[in-house]
Amino acid sequence: MAGREDWWYDEAAGPLVRPYAMVRGRTRPLRPELHLVTQVRAMPSPSDPDALAVEHMEIMELCRRPLSVAEVAAYLDVPLVVVKVLLSDLIQRGDVVIRDPSRVPQVPDRNLLQAVLDGVRGI
Amino acid sequence: MVSVESERPGGELLVPTPVKIVIAGGFGTGKTTMVNSVSEIPPLHTEELLTEAGVGVDDVLGLESKETTTVALDFGRITISPEVVLYLFGTPGQNRFWFMWDELAFGAIGAVILVDTRRLDSSFPSIDFFERRGIPFIIAVNCFEGAHNYEVEEVRRALDVDTAIPLVLCDARDRESAKTVLVSLIQHTMDRLDAMA
Ligand SMILES: Nc1nc2c(ncn2[C@@H]2O[C@H](COP(=O)(O)OP(=O)(O)OP(=O)(O)O)[C@@H](O)[C@H]2O)c(=O)[nH]1
Ligand SMILES: [Mg+2]
Repeated sequence: MAGREDWWYDEAAGPLVRPYAMVRGRTRPLRPELHLVTQVRAMPSPSDPDALAVEHMEIMELCRRPLSVAEVAAYLDVPLVVVKVLLSDLIQRGDVVIRDPSRVPQVPDRNLLQAVLDGVRGI
Repeated sequence: MVSVESERPGGELLVPTPVKIVIAGGFGTGKTTMVNSVSEIPPLHTEELLTEAGVGVDDVLGLESKETTTVALDFGRITISPEVVLYLFGTPGQNRFWFMWDELAFGAIGAVILVDTRRLDSSFPSIDFFERRGIPFIIAVNCFEGAHNYEVEEVRRALDVDTAIPLVLCDARDRESAKTVLVSLIQHTMDRLDAMA
């Protein structure tokens, strides 16, 4: 991932400084629907690219195919909470669409379970 | 990579339904190994920041990093179809991060609880956790050296789990074996669903 070191790593201060600096002091709560497996997909293009930080753009690039919050955090190599802050911004702007696991009913759908069963058998 | 099938008629973006299975069990019971065996991608690793108290992340970003601790998660992925994607999450080694366990269990269709017969008690907290929350689970006895000395029913008695809970033997290193474990769990979840209907 080109550029990752540039923006997450600070020689002198260590790898966490930049993300902390980026999100520190935010008072807006994280979007509650951002769970580990919540699927994130970027809109074909951001509404206002000039308003986005390089970190947001990298998420937009990654999420051209749907990925979970946990995958985004793993690929960007930053803590989950940092990714959730950045994603909350993007959701707010309408630049990503999501599907969260609470949309899966409390009692999971039998057809969904059957699809998972068949899928696992087929791998 | 944006494929044709990833868009619905009318141009609405297709976002898959995520499904989650938790791989739990005591320290060193083979959780990460099992995730690795079945994942379609090299297993991924991520971290969550917690306060030292181990509760909540909302306030973490306002704190200096010395006041926080990280809890590591590893997970894998199985793409079922363009509409459905399955994730497998191993629970963290240390049991004290209950906040993380709640997030891991949230919305999960079930859990595999791995057991090492040399240290049965290390898996007790996992069993308690999923029993209390009413999340379907099965027990998978990982075949470390010496496991063959035990009968399945002996292990069941020692763990004190109901006969309604499937208990299977496995080798977490073996893909087919790990697949069989997942199939048993999904079938168990479906059986429970049918029993409730
Ligand atoms: N003989 C044997 N060894 C195994 C098996 N599964 C895992 N191991 C080994 O047991 C050790 C622990 O496995 P891990 O997969 O790291 O266990 P874990 O549950 O993720 O461990 P923690 O995350 O530290 O709690 C590793 O050295 C594995 O290679 C198995 O089925 N048979
Ligand atoms: Mg592990």
